[in-house]
Amino acid sequence: MSAEILLSVSGLHKAFGGLIAVNQMQFDVHKGEILGLLGPNGSGKTTVMNLISGALPPNEGKVVLAGRDITSLPAHTISHAGIARTFQLVRILPDLDCIENIEAGLAFRPGPLWGDAAKLAARALLDRIGLADHAHTPAGDLTYIDQKRLELGRALALQPKLLLLDEWLAGLNPSELQEGIALVRKLKSEGLTIIMVEHVMDAIRSLCDRCVVMNTGTKIADGTPETVLADPEVIRAYLGDAHA
Amino acid sequence: MNIVTFKSDFIKPVILGAIIFAALAFLPSLVDSYYMSLAISITSFAILATAWAMFSGPTRYISLATVVFFGIGAYTVAVLGEILPFPVVLICAALAGTVLALLVGFSTLRLAGVYFVIFTFGLTELVRQVVSWYEVNVTRELGRYIFLDITQDDIYWQLLTLLAVLLLTGFILGRSRLGFALRIIGEDETVAKHCGINVTRVKVALFVLSAVFMTLTGAIMAPRWTYIDPVIAFNPMLSFQVVIMALLGGPRRLLGPILGVIPLTLLFEVLTANFPNHFSIMLGVTFMVIVYLLPGGVIGLYEKYGGPNKPSHPNGPPTTKEKTA
Repeated sequence: MSAEILLSVSGLHKAFGGLIAVNQMQFDVHKGEILGLLGPNGSGKTTVMNLISGALPPNEGKVVLAGRDITSLPAHTISHAGIARTFQLVRILPDLDCIENIEAGLAFRPGPLWGDAAKLAARALLDRIGLADHAHTPAGDLTYIDQKRLELGRALALQPKLLLLDEWLAGLNPSELQEGIALVRKLKSEGLTIIMVEHVMDAIRSLCDRCVVMNTGTKIADGTPETVLADPEVIRAYLGDAHA
Repeated sequence: MNIVTFKSDFIKPVILGAIIFAALAFLPSLVDSYYMSLAISITSFAILATAWAMFSGPTRYISLATVVFFGIGAYTVAVLGEILPFPVVLICAALAGTVLALLVGFSTLRLAGVYFVIFTFGLTELVRQVVSWYEVNVTRELGRYIFLDITQDDIYWQLLTLLAVLLLTGFILGRSRLGFALRIIGEDETVAKHCGINVTRVKVALFVLSAVFMTLTGAIMAPRWTYIDPVIAFNPMLSFQVVIMALLGGPRRLLGPILGVIPLTLLFEVLTANFPNHFSIMLGVTFMVIVYLLPGGVIGLYEKYGGPNKPSHPNGPPTTKEKTA
């Protein structure tokens, strides 16, 4: 594992009215690693993803990507800087077909592709995510797992430095889950850096190099999956005092 | 292979369109002045509805500001028509429309849904009141006369040219990255942002483009009236008519709005001729019937029953959303 830091989050703070969703979050992501972002429901994981990707501006704190301060930049600028994401509730472009969904990722990135070049690249990407047979299927007609694949394909089309996966493996059946895990592992082997919000323990243990655990907006643990999952504080957050 | 099919894809419709427009240009020598005035109505509404749908179709932002731009165009001619040559007046009108559309675009396109609708409607009222105030307090005359040496046939040819340019623009736009960006925004604005699209800039660009065509229509139509005042030039009814026509035709295809313009312009003609006192109520009923029976427009009907590519989501056509908005 190289020690080069790709993303550095410090003092990140976000409140919605009186509710503090993210409180002084601080963590680094190294180049090429998969960081798991864990925590019980409502602990602020998705908000952290939204703050990093520019969907929401933070109240305080800093997000630095490869030495560049991207705090509070608009989402499209952050996308150009090299961060792509999927959404907790899958978001595809339902009336567009699969090729067009991928082209959406190709056509507006730095070094955009358009026309025949985009069609070729989109087909190659569909092949890579296992949707080659659905090139002209409207995305809204795909099954749930295929929509998730397509959403991932669109994110990959942006050629990101950092990929944010928000519960991308949730809701898959056991065999789909194995496929999903294999796909994410392949992305890692290709050198992509990933932050994944996840509840599926199998996936966390087999994929994550490191985990950050959140509870009520605050970081409560940071370390390898084995260490954080054995941490009494983490067990208390998930299961209550009796189990700690 | 791809390049060849792309080219013939592109060239065939353009040539076909050019032939149709060339044929339409001979209309004045074939029909009398009553039918010419009907042709002018249809052509001007065709421009307004197509320009409206160019922005509102893909984004699903319902704008009621059509008449603001139309009226600005008409007023530019009223003010400058006797001072400058007509082509220069048209350029000034386009500039005025651009400036106003930029102002409105940057200040309001962050508004979504019903707020945008209300704002654009309010804008019509605001502009009309401002112009009235100016005329009453500064020029001290509410109305203006437009005496220009422009015949009915000239107006028709100008409108026909403008419509041809608009359709060509829309055709190219549909194949461009800008048009694709607009479709993505219409599907899911959040996704569009995270795909690297500067959503505000795209929306403003399209809003301005659509407004320029509306302004030019107003400018070209102005000499037909000889007298205008703010109530005539900024009549909100026009904005509603354009929306109804575009919705009837189907706002998400380039030629959709025209399919709504032709039957409705003829219907308005019949209504104003036979029921002058009940025009508004008939118009309202027509609108309700259209939204209720044809949520996807005429184009939607065609796609549903026998079109080559059926829409994947018959339950989610744009107009059902527009109705609730």
